Amino acid sequence: MNALAPQTGLLPGFNDPVADSQKMFRAVLEAMSRPGTIVTAPVLPVAPQPLNPVAAALILALADYETPLWLDPAARQPAAIDYVRFHCGCPLVEAPDQAGFALVTDAKSMPPLSAFHLGSDEYPDRSTTVIVQVPHLDGGEAWRLKGPGIRDQAILAAGQLPSAFKAWVQDNHALFPRGVDLLFAAPGQLAGLPRSTLLEG
Amino acid sequence: MQQQTKDTDARRQWMGVLAKSDESHVVQLWAGLSDLPAWEYLRRPEVGLVMVRGRMGGDGGPFNLGEMTVTRCSVRLQNGVVGHAWVAGRSARHAEMAAIADALMQDGDWRARVGEKLLAPLQSKLADDRGRAERKAAATRVDFFTMVRGED
Repeated sequence: MNALAPQTGLLPGFNDPVADSQKMFRAVLEAMSRPGTIVTAPVLPVAPQPLNPVAAALILALADYETPLWLDPAARQPAAIDYVRFHCGCPLVEAPDQAGFALVTDAKSMPPLSAFHLGSDEYPDRSTTVIVQVPHLDGGEAWRLKGPGIRDQAILAAGQLPSAFKAWVQDNHALFPRGVDLLFAAPGQLAGLPRSTLLEG
Repeated sequence: MQQQTKDTDARRQWMGVLAKSDESHVVQLWAGLSDLPAWEYLRRPEVGLVMVRGRMGGDGGPFNLGEMTVTRCSVRLQNGVVGHAWVAGRSARHAEMAAIADALMQDGDWRARVGEKLLAPLQSKLADDRGRAERKAAATRVDFFTMVRGED
């Protein structure tokens, strides 16, 4: 890497696009099928400001020209925009309810989950998958999770989320089979919270 | 705005030369460039297909001529200059050299050297090849004409 100006211009994506995307996709499958489990990210690319490497890896692995991407206002910076345009070629949308994927880098000021595309009864799979960048996955308010993929119960304690977040997730679950799926991207780790998961206490 | 168009035209021209040149010739001239700056991949060479489109007579309706194999690659120099290349064929090495050359041509310090040592010889070779093919074709040229038969 260039030590003088690591953030100038475009940054490289995955070292080996095919294998790295597959490894990352496998990690997402693991996180989504076992909600609340903390999965170690298998690859960590150099990320443009203000993304963390895990969020960048998720976007690289998931987004392509067929998936409209919504970036939260904090992420709408030239470095990040150029990065996703070049590596993913995905259309960027202004409205969160038009997005296939959404990236939230500043969780504190994120829109409610109901602002994203919730899918329809005919096509619940068309809802937005929201990637929320958080500073850590433990040490926040602990939620007890129940539902498919969880044997007894799982604990997730993602940090620095808006105070209403828990209520949003509960409302989101009530919409099932509609609703958004959540992925939390913390430094080096990720966790999933699909719409099928019930939040208790 | 005018300047920008000029730059784009110039870049289009050298990217075309790099893309259409023979890999062996590029490799041979590449050896003459020394002390190249450090660079890294933004996108490693990858092979794909593009649809070549044409217009009959240059202004007719567009049609698909056929698919061709291309290799693309993008690199970034140490100073942040980005170079892209799409070259004919499936040679990763060719695409890589073309991308580095594209980046160097946008860099003021390198432009003259790369232009003189790499681009100019490639371009004259392409022009020679084209001239030869044209002469060969011209030698077998037949002019058709029809006498008016005055039947109606």
